[in-house]
Parts: sequence; structure tokens; C-alpha cells
Amino acid sequence: MNAALKTTWGPIALAALAALAVCWFLPATLELFALINATVFVSMAILALSLALVWGYGGILCFGQAAFFGLGGYTYAVAAINFGDTTGAVPLAILVPAGFALLLGYFLFYGRISDVYLGVITLTVTLILFKFINSTASDIWTIGTAPLGGFNGIPMTPPLNFPGDMTAMLMPDQIFVLAVIGLFLCYAIAKLILASHFGRVVVAVKENELRAELLGYDVRLYKLIIFTVGGAMAGLAGMFFANCVFVSPTMFSLSYSGQIIIWVIVGGLGTLVGPVIGCILLQMLTNWAGTLEVIDPNLVLGAILVIAVLLLPKGLLPTITGLIRRGDRS
Amino acid sequence: MSAMLETSGLTMRFGGVVAVDRVDVKIHEGELRCLIGPNGAGKSTFFKCLTGQYKPTSGTVHLREHDVTGWDSFAIARLGVGIKTQVPSVFDGLTVRDSVLIAARRRYGAILARKRTDEVLGRIGIEDIAGKPVGLLSHGSRQLVELATVVASEPDLIILDEPTAGMTAEETARTAALIRQLNERHAIVVVEHDMQFIRSIAKTVTVFHQGRVLIEDKVDVVLNDPVVRDVYLGKEPIRAAVGRVAA
Repeated sequence: MNAALKTTWGPIALAALAALAVCWFLPATLELFALINATVFVSMAILALSLALVWGYGGILCFGQAAFFGLGGYTYAVAAINFGDTTGAVPLAILVPAGFALLLGYFLFYGRISDVYLGVITLTVTLILFKFINSTASDIWTIGTAPLGGFNGIPMTPPLNFPGDMTAMLMPDQIFVLAVIGLFLCYAIAKLILASHFGRVVVAVKENELRAELLGYDVRLYKLIIFTVGGAMAGLAGMFFANCVFVSPTMFSLSYSGQIIIWVIVGGLGTLVGPVIGCILLQMLTNWAGTLEVIDPNLVLGAILVIAVLLLPKGLLPTITGLIRRGDRS
Repeated sequence: MSAMLETSGLTMRFGGVVAVDRVDVKIHEGELRCLIGPNGAGKSTFFKCLTGQYKPTSGTVHLREHDVTGWDSFAIARLGVGIKTQVPSVFDGLTVRDSVLIAARRRYGAILARKRTDEVLGRIGIEDIAGKPVGLLSHGSRQLVELATVVASEPDLIILDEPTAGMTAEETARTAALIRQLNERHAIVVVEHDMQFIRSIAKTVTVFHQGRVLIEDKVDVVLNDPVVRDVYLGKEPIRAAVGRVAA
């Protein structure tokens, strides 16, 4: 019991406190533009968390987490425009990417595709979606009443409304709070999954697939389920992103796919909080680098990745916790 | 006695090479069987066909009333077969206790699995390292940890591929005692080529040579058979000579 308190419920309680503090503090102090930006960061943090779970614990290096992110955003936008109400669009924005992850994962894992090809295939699928969405500019690419808009995306992506009441649109500060709650829930769910027997088997499969199989576990199923959960979380992230900006093909782009992986590496592979911190720090940094207009933010991001891999090969969070532990001992 | 595991006409080809050639082997309930043979005799390939890591080219594998030919490893394991590979296959990032717990939990509920884990750690004699990450252990300890995970789900049949590979003499003796003890509850198939070890545990021995069963009999009969000496023990003087040069 004590161990469960320390490794699962304790961190969840801390995360709840942090979420409360952020929801209390930020909307009151930030200006509108900064608050919307903060919401974007939080949506990205959910995306980082999804890969932290799939890669860091499931051992599945998915280069295409952006595919589920984009699908979530587009599903939300298309459904919200068609329904005129976002109540049904939100669950769809989670279910459609999850369903897509389930289908893609089925072929990947039940086809026993090896790790390297898994990375290549997930990346390729993302780029195919990117190309496809980019080429939907003509009017025939309309789902119901929602034109996909090709390169321009869907600028009229509607913001969330109060559940069941389409006239009561949520304000940016309310959407921010919702996004933080979403991030917290994803974290809590991930923690609880990892504390369960299912989660332990997922980690065991990452550690040694053959051994898990020889102990009688169908590793394909465990990988498929964790991959699908990751797809669902990435879809949720896309939904929040669509709320702050609007959906466009860049959601599927190579730069997003790459960035997510950088967040996880810099933050610390094999942790949940690390990639979230890495994501938010790097977003702030690249945003700031962008405003300087001296240097390309992508160049900065690349430099940080190289430095992190050289100096902090374990990532930010594990390095810091390692230092603290060493400090305790001496 | 009824056959617990039975192969008939089991054949595995890799291109033009026939690694296992029409092998018929019967293992009975509660038996302790050793499979021996020189390098390249097809022991390990046979092992992988039994455990679902290879799909045999032809022939069948029966486990009690099930025809398990071509089944996936996890499905075979679920029928109550514990499998230990040659190179220790363990969870490096987990502690010894967690590794065994995961193995036990496949069959038992949470509380029972915990009890079972403690019992197995004691039985294998690794309680003292239970809290350590498996990745930090010595090769011999890793072998024992793997054995513990294999035993944890209380399988009816345990298949061990070279359980003493890379062990010290003391660890080998301990493993031999352990295998005899395990045999009180489980049927065991051991694939080995350490003759000292075979002598200390074996009752019935099956000798593989060039993919086929050369002879199958009581251990002293087999070890005194001139043909077996030729194909297998004939290498002893060479090994002794190499040992002398190295020393």
C-alpha cells in the first residue's frame, strides 16, 4: 500500500495541486494572447505525454504521433461544424484517432513489424495524411458542411461551447482551465495504467519482448492497447490545439512529428513529467527565439537536442532527480 | 504413463539445411529428460520448434490433448509450459521481485501471486537479491532469476535450454540440485551439453546427431555407447588438450 502511495497516488495528488495552482494563477495574470498561447502549450504537453507513455513505457518509437494529433483536430473541427455543437465533437476527436491507432497498430503489431520499420511506417503514414490534407483545397473535399480547405485548413474551427448549449461559447480562460484538466486527467490515467498489472506487463514487454511472450503474455495485444491509448491522448491534444488556433495541415507535418520526439528526449525518456516539462520549456524557448527574428527557431531546437543528447543523455528530469538523490546521500 | 509432450516427424528446414529431421520424441508426465548432442546437432532448433519460436516445416507437436504445432509461444506457455532460453532472457530494468511477480501474476490473482513470488524467490535461493535490478546482476544470478520467472506460474512442463551455460562450478551444482528438486513437481526437458551436469541429473537421455535422434536410453547406457562416444564424447580429449594449452 505504502509503495502505491509513493509511486502513484502521491504524484497524482501533486499533479492535481500543480494543476489547481496553474488554473488559479495564470488566467488571472496573463493577457488574452498569452493565455491562448499557454493553452497551446498545454495541448502540446498532452501530446508530449502521449508519446512519453507509448515510447517511454511501451517502448514503441512512434514517429507519427502527430498523425493522431492532426486527426483529433480535424475530427473536432469537422464534427463541430456539422453538428453546430461541440458536445459530440469532443468524444469523436478522441475516438477517431484512437480507432485509427487501433487499426494501424493492428497491422504493425500483429504483422510483427520490427522497431525500425515501425518508426518508418508511422512517419510515412503521417506524411501521407499531410500530403492528403494539403490537397483537399477543392470543393469536392467537403465533409457534410465542412470544407477541408487544403493548405489553408479550416479557419472557422468553432471554439468549445458549454455541453449541450451551443450558444454558450467558452471563453479562452475557461478553455485554458479545461486543457489543464485534460492534461491532469491524461497524467492520472497514465499513472494508474502503469500501476496496474496491465501497465507492468507493458513495461515488461518493453524490457524484453521474448521473455514476456514466453511467460504467456500476448505482447501484440499489450502493445496495441497502449498504442491506442496514446492515440486517444494525442487526439485530445489536437482537439485543444484546434480550439486555440485552427486546424491546418501543419498539424500533420514533419516538424511536429520531430518536435514531439525532441520534447520527450530532452525532458527524459521513461518519465511522464519530464516530457511535459521539456515540451513547455522548449515551446517557450522556440517562441522567444522566434520573436528575436535573429535565428531560425528550428535551428535553436536542433542545437538544444544535440546539446541535450551530449550533456544530458538521460534527459532533464532524470538528471535532476539523480542529482537530488546524490545530494541526499552525501 | 501417458505422453505429455509428443513430436512426430518433426522437421525444420532452413533453405537446403535440414536442422531437425523427422524427430519423434515422447516425454511422459513427471519425467526428467535430457537432450544432448554436439554443436549443430539441432538441439536448439528442436527446442525452438517445441516452444513456438520456430514454426516447423512439417511434422507435429502435441502437448497432452492439444496439437500445438505452429502455435505462438505465449499460447504454448499458457498451456502450462515454462520456457528458459539459452542466453538469459530477463527484464533488465525491473527488480528481481517484480520480474517474478509479473510471471506469477499471469496465472494467479494479485494476493496469491505475491505469496507465490516470495515462495519461489526462497525456493530458488535469491531472496537476498530480490530488490536489485536484474540488469546489475552477474550472469549466473541472471540465469537463476530467469529460472524463478519460469517456475513462478507453476508450469506442468519446464523446458530449459542450456541452463548452466556460463555458470561457475558452484552455481552449476546448485542448479543441478534445483532441477532435481523441481522435478518432484514438474516434468522437465533439459537441453545441455555439459556432460558433468548431465551425469548428475539425468535419468533418460536423448542424443541428437545431425538433426536426428541417434539413441534414446538410460543415462549410463547412452554414455557408454561407442557411437555416442564417437560423435559426441570423442571431442573430450580435444577439449582437454585445448584446456591444457590455455593453462
